[in-house]
Amino acid sequence: MSDPQPIGPTPASQFVRLAETQREPVPFTLDGRACHGLAGDTILTAVLAHGLVLRHADFSGEARAGFCLMGACQDCWILTAGGQRLRACTTFIAPGMNLRTRRPGDA
Amino acid sequence: MSVQVPPVIVGAGPAGIRAAQALVGRGLRPVMVDEAPRWGGQIYRQPPAHFQRSKKALYGWESGRADAVHEAMSGVLDRVDYRPDTLVWNAEAGHLDLLHQGRTSTLAYSQLIVASGATDRILPFIGWTKPGVYTLGGAQVALKYQGCAIGSKVVFLGTGPLLYLIAYQYALAGANVAAVLDTATLADQVAAAPALLARPSVLAKGLYYLAWLRAHGVRLQGGVRALRVLGDARTEALVWADARGEHTLACDAVGFGYALRSETQLADLLGCRFRFDDLARAWLPERDVAGRSSVPGIYLAGDGVGIMGADAAEWAGERAALALLSDNGHALDAPGRTRAAALERRLAGAARFRGGLERAFPFPLRWADQAPDELVVCRCEEVTAGDLRRTVSSTGATELNRLKAFCRVGMGRCQGRMCAAAAAEILAHCSGQQPAQVGRLRGQAPVKPIPFMDCAPADSLPREESA
Repeated sequence: MSDPQPIGPTPASQFVRLAETQREPVPFTLDGRACHGLAGDTILTAVLAHGLVLRHADFSGEARAGFCLMGACQDCWILTAGGQRLRACTTFIAPGMNLRTRRPGDA
Repeated sequence: MSVQVPPVIVGAGPAGIRAAQALVGRGLRPVMVDEAPRWGGQIYRQPPAHFQRSKKALYGWESGRADAVHEAMSGVLDRVDYRPDTLVWNAEAGHLDLLHQGRTSTLAYSQLIVASGATDRILPFIGWTKPGVYTLGGAQVALKYQGCAIGSKVVFLGTGPLLYLIAYQYALAGANVAAVLDTATLADQVAAAPALLARPSVLAKGLYYLAWLRAHGVRLQGGVRALRVLGDARTEALVWADARGEHTLACDAVGFGYALRSETQLADLLGCRFRFDDLARAWLPERDVAGRSSVPGIYLAGDGVGIMGADAAEWAGERAALALLSDNGHALDAPGRTRAAALERRLAGAARFRGGLERAFPFPLRWADQAPDELVVCRCEEVTAGDLRRTVSSTGATELNRLKAFCRVGMGRCQGRMCAAAAAEILAHCSGQQPAQVGRLRGQAPVKPIPFMDCAPADSLPREESA
């Protein structure tokens, strides 16, 4: 594991942080890229502060980035490198999480 | 001393908390099961414990009420068996099936108060599945719970009081709100004014949000129709129409919703009788003025049984708890009876106000007629409006569960929470029926996905014991 590189929000991030930015950084990996969220971020927040996608739709393969943020729509399940699925809007980011927006080998 | 099966409350929002407080006040020790990590429900959702913003910043004018509800729960916490982070994924006579930290268990109840809350009612438009498009409630969660805006240039769309509240909260927090687009018209709101005067202070707040947004240069547009989101795998613009034609508005996020819909799956699994509610345009569990369902021992309170808002949820939660107590041999004393009557009066006032809101922010009745064939209605199974219409025409399906069986609408992970309202509208429209005639999707356990390895036979599960 390499040291996490703090990466700020890029123009290709969906969420914009407006408040509560003075929190401890939490390093994680997203599709092989070193990222950091903040303590108390959900996975959804941490990922969308760095990118635009959480998962790909089961049939069309279209990008999805969550919808209801309250555990109802089930459209934010993200994969871990270990093959686990986590509901991104109700699971907090934890140090060292290795997250993937698609299965290895999928286009 | 014999082991007593406790009363159980599902949901730790305003209804559940006031119910718990009332039960504790009469010496009962309820179990309270909630899916969230902290109490408050959606409306008074608390951010993670170490966040810094004040309640005033989080809840605005409702900070007093939010604080009172939070404190009510703190005050009874030592007398409630409180189970946060716990999903009720099935409900049957006498017991609930729970999931906590990846493990299932069962929980026996003597009587049950279901306060399961609500989510946004969704009427989709083309591109609503793209990254950047969220429910209004989701947009509010991002801000309240995480301190984030859903994008750097946000359009709020749909109808209902939440539309203006959330736009105001976003703008106040420093977000760039590109526009608020309402399918209702000013004429709707004027027509509703007499009924809305049933609760003048709530009406005044709504008018304040409108005036504030206007004074701060936020574009407010009524009488609109959402057409589509532009952008390849992200949101780049929203195309909408009004009487003057089509308009394109650059944005990278859209929050939308058409008022709220009740979460009724648990009441359904419990066998509660439903009836079609014209105001909600949905099937809702029956209840008496005190919150008793058609099933003895099952009580229903808050937005989960009909959208009445947070204040009414508090009253309904307390009223349901008083009903539970009196049915349980704790006959109400004179102050208890007075209190119950006062709560019922307040709830009746809230119902009048609710009727006014429906006039101010009416359901867009032409939505199904105007939905294009290529519109994805079911985002889990990716079923389009055209798929629904072709299925109706080729099979003759006239009922929603039949339609689901034929084309999988509502069969995905969300169990129809996001698509059932829209699918019912399209089915009713293209089969020449009223929404009341097409039925409702039957609730199915598990109501939300649970790990497959945890679906062990019920007999092998450890049974929760209560003290």
